[in-house]
Amino acid sequence: MAQPEAVALEATEGEAEAPKKPVDPNFEPEIIVFACHYCAYAAADLAGSMRLQYPTNTRMIKLPCTGKLEVIHLLKAIESGADGVYAAGCLEGECHYLKGNLWARKRVNHVKRLLEELGMEPERVEMYNMSSAEGAKFAEYATEFIERIKQLGPNPVKRDGVSPLAAARAALGGVAMPEEADASVAATVEEGHAE
Amino acid sequence: MITAERKPLDEIVGLVGDKKKVLVAGCDTCVAICLTGGEKEAEILASELRILAEKDGREVEVEHTAAIRQCEWEYLDMIAEKVAAADVVVSMACGIGIQSMAEKFEPKVIVPGANTNMLGMPQEHAVWLERCGACGECVIGETAGICPVVRCSKSLMNGPCGGSHDGKCEVTTPEKEDIDCAWHLIWERLKAQGREELMYVNRPPKNWSKSSSGGPRKMVREEAKPV
Repeated sequence: MAQPEAVALEATEGEAEAPKKPVDPNFEPEIIVFACHYCAYAAADLAGSMRLQYPTNTRMIKLPCTGKLEVIHLLKAIESGADGVYAAGCLEGECHYLKGNLWARKRVNHVKRLLEELGMEPERVEMYNMSSAEGAKFAEYATEFIERIKQLGPNPVKRDGVSPLAAARAALGGVAMPEEADASVAATVEEGHAE
Repeated sequence: MITAERKPLDEIVGLVGDKKKVLVAGCDTCVAICLTGGEKEAEILASELRILAEKDGREVEVEHTAAIRQCEWEYLDMIAEKVAAADVVVSMACGIGIQSMAEKFEPKVIVPGANTNMLGMPQEHAVWLERCGACGECVIGETAGICPVVRCSKSLMNGPCGGSHDGKCEVTTPEKEDIDCAWHLIWERLKAQGREELMYVNRPPKNWSKSSSGGPRKMVREEAKPV
């Protein structure tokens, strides 16, 4: 598959906005989210309780802390065809394990560099921070990220029959927390936790 | 410890060429500790090579493994099967490990995935500083435990030179960071030790034939050789 052109997502001061290529209306990105048990996972839960709408093609893997996330976990998700991957951890300074989310940010940034080295768009990986009370923020970030990935187009290494979610979970081994992790976020919050 | 840095991906891809079965072999000793070429890093490189091949539409099989030490024959036996199955091996070890592999598995093509750069000390997590040049004739007994061979930019035996200013060397690192003047450090520590007189000793030119300048070195301990 041809490598999609990199697209500027936000025009920054002094930079000309890159021309956006047409978005394929049939492209439904597959997104893997590595979510911290203490914040983002609970925020997703809250978003469901609040009946907030956000794209359902987000597949979530619950971690005890984003600090457990390693470079290879993010890379495996990309290698197995995930169109975008992000880590969602606690607000900086609020990590339950003090610095896990800061480590995660460094690793995400490292994977961005690896993707650049591979000639892929570094914007396919991201780090978001939120508190467990920020259900709306979770929905907002999920929406924003999926829009970003729709602009970028499909991951050029996508292969039929390979599940990025299964590959990411396999790479994590026992690190991923089991409950509801296979369901889409929307299904999880609506069926499991809506009040 | 021996430290190394991974080569740029393009260079590794060039070394691998059009080989179809690639093994990325890490080494779980020095290069694992300096976070360059252990099993984790071998897995990351293997994943990168697979992504690149898929992206470019090339059919390449890339696996990874790691030896506990690539520089010892016994440990190489443990990865022999995987090496045998590969067309080319990218070794993430130091130069010693890579050469051990090339010798052990001749005529298998073994290419380096890292540049071995120094004998370094971990100053803090993820930061290493050069501390030894393996010159074959240690002088730090007279220089307050500070090696002028690698810590003085000019390897002076009688320093400091005129390029020492406020404790800093006139040379900077490639990253333009200041380098401490080794001879300034030596003077300060000799003073603290009350051994200033060592500063005034005139040291004759160093015998570099005991370093790698004297040709490949060999060490034999007769008393320890198997009977």
